[in-house]
Amino acid sequence: MGRYTARRLLQMLPVFIGTTFLIFALVFAIPGDPIRALAGDRPISPSTVATLREEYNLDDPLVVQYGKYMAGLVQGDFGKDYNGREVVDIMAHRFPVTIRLALVAFIFEILIGLVAGVVAALRRRSYLDTLVLVTTTAIVSIPTFVLGFTLQLLLGVKLGWFPIAGISQGWYSYLLPGFVLGALSLAYVARLTRTSLVENLRADYVRTATSKGLSRKRVVGRHALRNSLIPVVTYLGIDLGALMGGAIVTEGIFNLPGIGQQVFLSVRAQEGPVVVGIVTALVLVFIFANLAVDLLYGVLDPRIRYE
Amino acid sequence: MSDKTRSRPDTRDVEPRGAARDQTGATGAAADPSGGEAAGELSGRSASLWADAWRELRHDKIFLVAAAVVTVFVVMAAFPVVFTRTNPRSCDLSRSLGRPSSENWFGYDLLGCDYYAQVVHGARVSIVIGILVTVIAVAIALVLGSLSGYYGGITDSIIARFTDVVFGLPFILGAIVILTVFENRGLFQVTLVLAVLGWTTMTRLMRSSVISVRDSDYVLAARALGTSDFRILTRHILPNAIAPVVVYATIYVGIVIAAEATLSFLGVGLQLPAISWGLMISDAQYRIAEAPHLLLFPGMFLSLTVLSFILMGDALRDALDPKLR
Repeated sequence: MGRYTARRLLQMLPVFIGTTFLIFALVFAIPGDPIRALAGDRPISPSTVATLREEYNLDDPLVVQYGKYMAGLVQGDFGKDYNGREVVDIMAHRFPVTIRLALVAFIFEILIGLVAGVVAALRRRSYLDTLVLVTTTAIVSIPTFVLGFTLQLLLGVKLGWFPIAGISQGWYSYLLPGFVLGALSLAYVARLTRTSLVENLRADYVRTATSKGLSRKRVVGRHALRNSLIPVVTYLGIDLGALMGGAIVTEGIFNLPGIGQQVFLSVRAQEGPVVVGIVTALVLVFIFANLAVDLLYGVLDPRIRYE
Repeated sequence: MSDKTRSRPDTRDVEPRGAARDQTGATGAAADPSGGEAAGELSGRSASLWADAWRELRHDKIFLVAAAVVTVFVVMAAFPVVFTRTNPRSCDLSRSLGRPSSENWFGYDLLGCDYYAQVVHGARVSIVIGILVTVIAVAIALVLGSLSGYYGGITDSIIARFTDVVFGLPFILGAIVILTVFENRGLFQVTLVLAVLGWTTMTRLMRSSVISVRDSDYVLAARALGTSDFRILTRHILPNAIAPVVVYATIYVGIVIAAEATLSFLGVGLQLPAISWGLMISDAQYRIAEAPHLLLFPGMFLSLTVLSFILMGDALRDALDPKLR
């Protein structure tokens, strides 16, 4: 296990460098001069421009800039934006909103997705099962922004049950956006749970448990469900990282001041350091979530051995 | 999609299988007698995987309905005149935000343009981008996946790491950054970016599929006869390894269509005066309370298109998997 982890960590290194370099090069390629953009219409003296360009290494070739950035990053320094604010401070300000949003979405996925999946599997081919199948297919087909707008219109504007925008009402304001963000994965969790449980209910060990005289509840809960949850748990693990990167649309619709919104603003304002910083943080989350899931897989399913 | 288009790992395309399988299980059992007959007369005909799958699909009601809907949208994209003779750009401000009525079911937008004509003409962008991106992504996936799976070793390592790098980019964030690089964004730029970010999952699928057939007896036989690698790959391995990619590609058209709409909605995709469902919904967002029809119709058409491609892919997967019969 230790050797496996070490090898995986080594494999992650080129991926991390490649991905961050890619995003760095792309931000670098955005046309226009960020220093000019900073000054707007006001005249800016050549010496100021020179100082700023020097400070942000803008005159170095791309690879050197990237090298200097990485050298800082290793020491925990995400750099500054062009107004002199620390990128870490900006992230510390924005990340909690997105994390809260992703958590709410995650809880919806687990609660509704799992229950719907289990119910559908236990009552296969029943009315409820069909309902779950049809609903999940429909949810998968509706793009998030369409779903977000529709629910905002119906539940927020028309019925007034939920706040339409912002986070002024604490956790309550995260309920509707969280549901919208989690809807797609919720549908997948439901289907994954159903498929997996249906397969396991036919397994020999379940028949054995039943013939031992165990109650249905115990057979399903203790034997079938536990094994069926392995693929679901791994899916959920990968999804937690993906939710944070995917929150940008939901944050836009419900006007939540999270990292997605920040990236969007920063790309527009050519705030390269902020974009690179946030994307780098997300890539790290994604990579480690994947590693954690792979390791967890071995813990949950003893048939899987590393090395 | 958006939140949805974060390109998801393989779990995604594995899991709807069982769900759809059980759904068609009922019809499959019902159609069994005829299936038995087909098997009887089958001996004289070619019984390739694809011929078999087609025989199955012809009786699959869900597939037929989904295929019909897709055909309607493709015709709508190619010849919008079939559906409307109104010019989507002939607008009359006096009709601004006109509600749907018995004469005009879809109503009018802010500028008083006929909304039905707009929605019909919006199909073109979605279908063209959906199909183009998928074709390019499949092409990349076939080449890289085959090389990686067939040769293994260092070729495989390099391609796999490269795939990981692109896969690691958050999809929507990556697309936003790349698209900002272009000053003018049209069909070409959006297609390019979606294709560049979208080939990874299919490459991984193709790789594992090639690995599963590369040591088959017929491949060894071909190699023993001195057949070139190129010929082995294209004639022997590809036809037998391509099925999972075809299934995923069908679903992927739907995913791409949703992604395009999401990017246009965010303002980094197509730009006005292009007509696209994503742009229409983006326009609708500030008038959502007074004119909900501006959201309803493009949203409905968009979801229906995506749904049809997903259902077609699900049905295709069931038909191609001989284990289910």
